Amino acid sequence: MTEPGRISRRPLPDRAGLTDPAPTTYDVVIGLEVHAQLLTRSKMFCGCPTTFGAAPNSQTCPVCQGMPGVLPVVNRKAVELAIRTALAFGCRVNPACRFARKHYYYPDMPKNYQISQYEEPLAEDGHLEIDIDGAPRTIGIQRLHLEEDVGKLVHEGSLETAQASLVDFNRSGVPLMETVSKPDLRSPEEAATYLKAFRSVLLFLGVCDGNMEEGSLRCDANVSLRPRGSTTLGTKVEIKNLNSFRNVQRALEFEVRRQAQALDAGERIRQETRLWDADRGYTRSMRSKEYAHDYRYFPEPDLVPLRIDPRWVDEIRAGLPELPRARRQRFVAQYGLPAYDADVLTQSRALGDYYEAVLREPAASAGADRPKIVSNWVMSELLRVLPGDDERAIETSPIPPHHLAGLLRLIDDGTISGRIAKDVFQKMFDSREDAPTIVGREGLTQVADATALGGIVDSVMAANPKAIEDFRRGKTAAKKSLFGQVMKATGGKANPMLVDRLLEDKLSKIQR
Amino acid sequence: MIDRNDVEHVARLTRLALTEEELERMREQLNSILAHLDTLRGVDTEGVEPTSHAVDIVNVMREDVVEPCLPQEAMLANAPDRSGELFRVPRIIEE
Ligand SMILES: [Zn+2]
Repeated sequence: MTEPGRISRRPLPDRAGLTDPAPTTYDVVIGLEVHAQLLTRSKMFCGCPTTFGAAPNSQTCPVCQGMPGVLPVVNRKAVELAIRTALAFGCRVNPACRFARKHYYYPDMPKNYQISQYEEPLAEDGHLEIDIDGAPRTIGIQRLHLEEDVGKLVHEGSLETAQASLVDFNRSGVPLMETVSKPDLRSPEEAATYLKAFRSVLLFLGVCDGNMEEGSLRCDANVSLRPRGSTTLGTKVEIKNLNSFRNVQRALEFEVRRQAQALDAGERIRQETRLWDADRGYTRSMRSKEYAHDYRYFPEPDLVPLRIDPRWVDEIRAGLPELPRARRQRFVAQYGLPAYDADVLTQSRALGDYYEAVLREPAASAGADRPKIVSNWVMSELLRVLPGDDERAIETSPIPPHHLAGLLRLIDDGTISGRIAKDVFQKMFDSREDAPTIVGREGLTQVADATALGGIVDSVMAANPKAIEDFRRGKTAAKKSLFGQVMKATGGKANPMLVDRLLEDKLSKIQR
Repeated sequence: MIDRNDVEHVARLTRLALTEEELERMREQLNSILAHLDTLRGVDTEGVEPTSHAVDIVNVMREDVVEPCLPQEAMLANAPDRSGELFRVPRIIEE
C-alpha cells in the first residue's frame, strides 16, 4: 500500500486519441494497485511454506509471527521474481533499495507493522501496453515493491453483527509484490482491461498464479472525477475488495456514478476508503478514523539494504519470455490468425505454447489454412473442456499437442470425417489415448470405398422416389436431404466428399 | 517541541492508554530525546552518505528453501482466546 501523497501528480496525458465520450461532464481518473503473491516455496522473510489451503495456523514460525528477538532474512527468489516483473514492465530497477516498517494496528498482523518498501522501492517508472477497442494505450506504472502479506480474518457471522473475528496467520509473511499504476486509466472498462493484461503478463512470467478467487492476485482502485477538460485532480477515493475482473468494473462503475451524482448535487467528495460489497452491488465507507493512514514508516532496522547487482538484472532480463502482447501480434503476423483467435490463444503462456506445439507436429497436408484450422480446434474443442487461462490445466492436458495433431492428420488423409473427429476428441480426452487407437478399435474409419458407398447411395435413392422427383423438378434441396440420409445410413462414417461426388454423378444421369 | 497533543496522538496510534502522569512524563522524555538529536545535528556530516543501518553490509539473502514451522498447537498455545484452529480476537469496530 502506498501513502496517498506518494502517487505522482505529474500532468496527465492529453485526451487526443481517446474515443469514448463519457455520459457525464466529468473525466474519470483511475489508478490501480495490484497485490500479487509471488510463486516462491517459502515466505518472504522465513522458511515457512506458502502452500494455499493448509490447516489454519499450521504454517507459521516465530519470525512471521513477529516474536521478540527474531530476525527476518530476505528470500532471494522473491527479489528475483519481482525484478523479472519489473523488467517485463520496462521499469527502472533501482540500484539500491531497502525495506521499511509500516505501522498499523489490526489483528491480521501480530507484529503491528508490516515489512514493506517505502522511499526506495525495488523498481519505478514502467508501463503496460493495453488495447482498448483495437487501439493501443500506454498505462504508466509508477512503482513496484516487495512486502509481506498479512494474515486472513474471518468474521464470526456477518461483518455487521460479528462479536469476534477469527485469524489464520498462514498467509502472513507470504511474499507480496505491489504494483501501483499511474492514474492513467479513463474508465472502469479500461481498468478491467488493464488488470486482465497485467494478470496475463504475470502468468507468462510465471511469477504469480493469478488466482483471484484464492486471493493470490488482489486489486484496489483509486478513483476520482474532475470536470471535463480540467487538469486538476478531484478528490480521490480508494476502493478495496475487488476480487475479480467483473467486480473491478462493477465497483468502479458504481463509484463513478456515485461521485458524479454527488458532484452534480454540489456536494464535496470525501477522501476515504470504501469497501465494495459484491453481493449488494455498492461501495460503502469504511469508518476508519482519520489517523489510520499515519503509518510512521521508518527503515527496517532488522534488514540490511539491497544493492542490486546489474549483472543479476541482465541475467534475469536475458531469461524473459515472449510477453502476451508481443506473442499476440506475432500470431497475427506469422500465422495470419484473426485478432480474436490470437487474443484467445495468448490468454496464458501454456495455451500459446500448446497451439504452437500442435503446429510444429507433422501434418498430412500442409495447407495455408492449417494455423486457422488448428486454432479452431483449440478454441472450440480444447477450451470447451479446459480453462485456457489455467497454466497447469493446459500443461497437463489429457490430450497433449501431438495427440491433437494426430487427430487432425486422420481428418486430412480422409480416414475419419470432421464430425466423427469431434467424438474421437472427447474420447481422447476421457481416455488419454491417441486418435488412431480409438478410431481403430471402434471402427470409426469413414467409408471411402466408392463401390461400397455407391451401393448405399443407390439404395437410399431407390427408397426415396419423392426426393428424386423433387430433384427433377429443379428442387436442389432434395440433394441435401439424400446426402443426409446416406450419412445417416453409414453412421456418419461416409466420406462426405465422396458421397457428394457419387450423388452428383447418379443424379445427373437421372436428369438426362 | 512535543506537546501533550502529540503524545496523545502517538499513544492512540500505538493503542497505549496513558494516565495524566504518564502523559506528562512521556512528553518530557520525548522532548529530551529530541534535544539530544539537536546535539547530533551539530555534527559535521558533509560528504557522508546517509544510511539507515549501523552495520556496513548489504544483500543478506536466503535461498528459497522450506524449513519446519512451529507446530500448530504450540502456536495456538499462547492465544488468549481461540476457536478451534483459529485465533479469536474481539470484533473489529473500525470497519
Ligand atoms: Zn514463518
